[in-house]
Parts: sequence; structure tokens; C-alpha cells
Amino acid sequence: MLKLIGRRLIQMVLIILVASLLLFVIFDTPQFKKRLAVQELGGFAVSALSEADYQEWLASRGLDVPFYQRYTDWMGNILTGDFGFSYEKNTEVGPLLASRLANTGILALCVFALMIPISLTLGVLSGMREGSPLDRSITFISVFTTSIPEIATAIILTVVLALGLGWLPAKSAMIQGFDVKQLVLPVMTLVIYDFGYVARMTRASMAEVMTSQYIRTAILKGIPYRRVVMKHALRNALIAPFTVIVLQLNWLLSGVVVVEVFFEYDGFGKLLLEAALFPDVEVVQACTLAAVVVAVTSQIISDVGYTFLNPRIRFS
Amino acid sequence: MAVVTAPPPSVSLMHRLKNPKAAVTIFVIAWLPLMLYVMGGSALMAAIEDLTGFRPNADYILLPAIPAVLLLYVICISAFRESAIAIIGATLVFFWFFIAVTAPYLPLLDPNKPIAPFVPPFTAKNDVFFILGTDFKGRDMLSRTLWGCQRVLVWGVSATFVAYIVGTAFGLIAGYISGWWDEIISFLGNVILSFPVMVLFIVILNYLGASGFNIVIAVTFASAPAIMRIVRGLALDVKTRDYVFAAQTRGESALWIMVVELLPNVRGPIIVDACLRLGYTTVAITTLTFLGLGLQPPDPDWGLMIKESAKTAMLFKFSYMLLIPALSVSSLILGFNLMADGLREMSMRD
Repeated sequence: MLKLIGRRLIQMVLIILVASLLLFVIFDTPQFKKRLAVQELGGFAVSALSEADYQEWLASRGLDVPFYQRYTDWMGNILTGDFGFSYEKNTEVGPLLASRLANTGILALCVFALMIPISLTLGVLSGMREGSPLDRSITFISVFTTSIPEIATAIILTVVLALGLGWLPAKSAMIQGFDVKQLVLPVMTLVIYDFGYVARMTRASMAEVMTSQYIRTAILKGIPYRRVVMKHALRNALIAPFTVIVLQLNWLLSGVVVVEVFFEYDGFGKLLLEAALFPDVEVVQACTLAAVVVAVTSQIISDVGYTFLNPRIRFS
Repeated sequence: MAVVTAPPPSVSLMHRLKNPKAAVTIFVIAWLPLMLYVMGGSALMAAIEDLTGFRPNADYILLPAIPAVLLLYVICISAFRESAIAIIGATLVFFWFFIAVTAPYLPLLDPNKPIAPFVPPFTAKNDVFFILGTDFKGRDMLSRTLWGCQRVLVWGVSATFVAYIVGTAFGLIAGYISGWWDEIISFLGNVILSFPVMVLFIVILNYLGASGFNIVIAVTFASAPAIMRIVRGLALDVKTRDYVFAAQTRGESALWIMVVELLPNVRGPIIVDACLRLGYTTVAITTLTFLGLGLQPPDPDWGLMIKESAKTAMLFKFSYMLLIPALSVSSLILGFNLMADGLREMSMRD
């Protein structure tokens, strides 16, 4: 167990290191240095700059030292909490990223709080009796909802609930402070897109357990069906969905971009996109690195959790 | 000899797809013209004009594709007849495919010409009847919606295809050669897979710039590692079979074994996955275009239509500008997903 966690941790650090190296390398080209100069000095000043002056500017910014030295400096800064400076927002990246990540965290929390019970219930119900009308309709609904991309779900929900019926605000910019009503549409969009996948995974796992021998034995022993499902089947059937749910965190970080942009919710995804379009290189790097760390951590949690929950592996 | 020819046993889909030369040829006839037309129709015509001094109409390229698409649809329906879900999916996909190849020949208004802005659906204005109305610039929505499927289809399928070539190549190497190659390829795959997909897309397209070709590169980066994993797993299984040992004993080279012995035997499971991935790629392209990192104006595209009217159409009266492209893209993706579902069901039955 400990050995597994240790190996996973080493792998995680390696992956984050390689990812950060890649991130640093692709934004280290002369064009991006020039863009940085334009952002700092202004376009006119840069075009008037002579080659020698430009080199001097590079030296003053510390951009002419060898690559590996700058990379280690950059990593060191990040480890001490200095993520750089955002030229678009004119603030430090660290606090900016933290507040946006917190906003996205609220969104993600609501999504998980709704998505987990819905998808597990539907998955267990349809996996309990494979091929029944209930199973077929749940499967069809989950294929259908996962087929509609988030942007389309967002549009349909906005048009019906916000523009048509006027029950909910169409945008979630939260200009006048936090408002739960504005959170409903983005959360609904993400849940509708996501629950189908988890429900199908739960269904597959449940269906597999229900065909196993110990369940047949339990039924033949005369235990009531309800009790067989609740006490015997569920425990084993919910191990696989657990890993899937934790891995959804990785997916949520990419799904959240379009939803936040469409609803103008000030979260991590909107920050990343705005930075990418501006372009605000240090914000892009910080956001991406944060996303990778979250994603890799969720992978480890799901791996370790799986081995911990599965008694066959735990006791071997 | 009085051999009673028994009725041919119902052939499974995977079996049918094992020898799909005719279908592949027809697909190429249907696909290449569309790809040429969308990726460089006018450039190609200009080149011909330089050579011969005569400029043919670019629309003629699509002529051979129209019967080919219809024929391909018939082939698909007869291959999928066991599964109603797959037929519904194929019908949705082929509807858009057919629209894409026939778009220049349909009686449509110019999709880029402003006529009368903010005309609601089913109304006439300036003696023109607009079935789906016009957008905020006055361009006909029906013609923009129908033309819009061309670019999504072409770039989506091309990107998925390139991703599959790259992913399969690396998967075969990692699975068959194993050892250090496997370690390195799998680790790099893990690194790329640890980026959330949309974040990876944004970083790559931010670096390369927004265009159709760059979407192909970005999709390849994002999808190839997952494809590599699947192919690697299949290759690890297949390489223990006797026919691979026989090939090794015959002294065939590793490359030959990978292409001739392994590739045909990992093809079946990949086809189902490819259908699903086509859906993902379509979602990705539409979303990226909406975010401003994908295809560029002025040519019509569903993602662009949503992006352009997202600010102006925030009134119920004008919501058709958002709903129409949203429903169109959903129907195409639903088609791919239903097809994948039906194919999986059929392959499970085999």
C-alpha cells in the first residue's frame, strides 16, 4: 500500500516536472519575448527600439541568461508562491488565480453534490435489472444528454429558463455579490452533460456484480431482493464508479471553460481563456500548471482509493 | 453438381468491415472532393487558372461526391440493419454529410451576404421568404446553417483521422517492441493525458494561432495518447498469438509484422472508438470556435454562429440565432454517438 502510494507520488512529481518544462519551453520563443516587450514597453517603443537596446532590455529583464537557469528560477518562484504578473489584469497572478480557483471550486462542489447522487441512483437502478424497460430508457437518456455538447445545453437552458420563462438570470457575472440563483444554470449545464457518463459506468459495474455467483447464491438463499441489492451488491458495485467520479475532476476543469465563458462566471476557465486570447503568458502558465496539479492529484486519489476500497487488492 | 447454396449466414458487422475495400473506395470518392473543396477549393481553381488560363467553377469538384455519399449511405444501412440505434445515428450523420456535398447546388441564398437583419423565422421581407430568419447582420440563417456543416465535418474527420494514424503508430510500437520504447511513449502519453483536454487545446492553439490546420495538430496531441493506450493494450494481447510467432520465425521485420499482422487484428475495436471520438472532436471544434480559438470568420460555421450572436441574441425573440446552430451541432454529435452505441452493441453480440 505505502509502496504504491510512494511510486505514484514519484510518478506525479515527474509528470508535473515534465509538464512544467513543456509549458516553459513553448512560451520561451523569441516571438513571445517580443510580445512581453510590447506589453511592458508598448508597441511604439518596441518598434523604435534598436537591436542593441532590445538586447539591453532582455538583459534587464533577465531573459538573456541560459534557459535552464531561468527555468529553475521560474520553478523556484512558483514554489515560493510567486506566479508572476498579469499585464491584462494588472495584478499579481497568485491571488488572482486563487480567487478564481475558489469560484470554480464552488461551481464544482455544486456539480458534484448534484451529479453523484443522480448518476449513482440512475446507474444502480438500470444495472439492477439489465435489459428492463427502465434500464433501456435510462441508457437512452444518458446517451442523449451526453451527446448534446455543453454549449448547446447552455443555450437551450438559457433560452427556455432565462429568456423564455424568466425564472433565472441569463448571466452569472455576480456583479452585485454572490447570488445562488445565478449559479443554477451553469451547474445544471455541467450536471446534465456529465451525469450520463458516470451513470453508464455505474450501470456497467452494477450489472457485472448482479451476474456474479455470490449474488445468485444470496437470491437462492431466499434473502429479499431489496436486501440483496442494498447489502450485498451495492458495496462492490460502487468501487468502480468511485474512481470514475474522482477522475471527473479532470474533465470538469476542461468542461468548465466553455460554461464559464458563456455564462460570464468569473472562474478559472474564463481566466485561462482571457489570458490566452490577450495573451498573458504568465497567467496561462500558472493556470495550466494548476490544472495539471489538480488533474494528477485526482488521478492518484482515484488509484489509491481504488486499491483501498477493493478488498481483493487491500488484503493481498 | 447439385450443390444447394444455403442462404448466406447473417454476417456480423465486424466481419463485414474486415473486407471493406469497396466501401473504403466509395468513401474516398465521397470524401476527397469535399476535403479539397473546403481546405483549398478556390486556391486549387486559381492554380488551374494559372496553368490553363481557364477558371473552372470550384463547385464542380463536389459532383462525383453526391452519388458516392448516397451509395455509402445505402451500404451503411445494409451493414447496420441489425441495430435500429445505429441506423438512426447513421441517418443523422449522412444527412449532414449529404448537405455538405450538395450545399452549392441547393437553392440557397448566399450565406455571407447581408440582406435584412433580425428577420424572425417564417416571415417574408423584401419579397424573400426566410424559413429560419436572418441573423444580426442580415445573413440568411438557413443557408448559413446548411453551409456550416462543411467545415465542422471536414476538419473534424481529418483531425480524428490524423490522431488515429499517430496514436496507432505509437501504440503499435509501444505494444509490440515494448521495453524502453514502451516506457518512454507511455510516460509521454501520461504527461499529455494529465492536462485537462480543453486546457491543452487552449495552450496549443494559443501557441500555434487559430486555424483549421492547427486544430488538427491540437486534436492529434489531445487524442493520440488515449488512442495509443487502447492500441497498445490490443497489441500486447495480439502479439502473443501463434501467427505472430510464425511471422517472427519466418524472419519478418518488426515493421512488417506491426503493419501486416497486428494492424488488421486491432482494427475492429478501434472502429467503435473512432465513432465516439468523431463526436468528441466535433464538440471540441465547435467549442473552440465559440471560444475564438478555432475556425475564423467569415465563412459560416456553427460555433462561429453561436459566438457571433451570443451577445446580441439575449432576447427570447432573437434566441433562434443561438438555438438553430446549437440544435444542428447536437444532432450531428448525437448521430456519431448513436452510431458508436449501435456498433458496440453489434460487436458485443458477435
